[in-house]
Amino acid sequence: MNREETLVQLRNIVKPYINNEEAFENFTENTDFITDLNINSANLVDIILDVEDYFKIHIDNESMEKMVDVKSTLEIIETKLAKK
Amino acid sequence: MKSQEIISRLPYSKPFLFVDEITKIDESEVEGNFTFDENLDFYKGHFENYPVTPGVILTETMAQIGLVCLGIFLLNNDFNKDISIALTSANMEFLKPVFPNEKVTVVSEKMFFRFGKLKCKVNMTNANGIVVCTGEIAGMIV
Repeated sequence: MNREETLVQLRNIVKPYINNEEAFENFTENTDFITDLNINSANLVDIILDVEDYFKIHIDNESMEKMVDVKSTLEIIETKLAKK
Repeated sequence: MKSQEIISRLPYSKPFLFVDEITKIDESEVEGNFTFDENLDFYKGHFENYPVTPGVILTETMAQIGLVCLGIFLLNNDFNKDISIALTSANMEFLKPVFPNEKVTVVSEKMFFRFGKLKCKVNMTNANGIVVCTGEIAGMIV
């Protein structure tokens, strides 16, 4: 799976939780979940649980704290998938 | 942890404490009850001359028993006065009215407790065992 594909999958996972349609249209690696998409911390937890289910990986507390933007989330997904 | 101990640790007091008793609690489930005193202030205005318990109060009751009591039990010694909690979502359906002096029972089942967020499936029944309110409620340590 390449980064482009992972980005599209992550975009689909995030979609139900966004509160800024315009920022979501420009969903890139530089998108921040909180400041750009207005996602609250409770929904951030939902996104992480959905990421776990979709990619069949386990996210620990340490990784979770880093997953505040698209770039670091993609990196964590890739690292976890590589370890599988 | 005993029922009384959990209730004493709740960050609420009258007139906004909506838990009388916790009758059952473990890692995955909690059951408790509350009787709505007819003298509660909101009955004076909801509705005028026709007191019915407001949906927001039913939601609050379900959150206090179903979410906060279970959260205190799960956190145990990690729960202290410095922790602040917040309701983050509630998706409710209100099926029957609850009138003054009715006793309701709340049963809540944990869906997940991860990264400080607790989400539960919660049901409220009246004294006849009829479901009056059902939904999913989530809260978080903030």
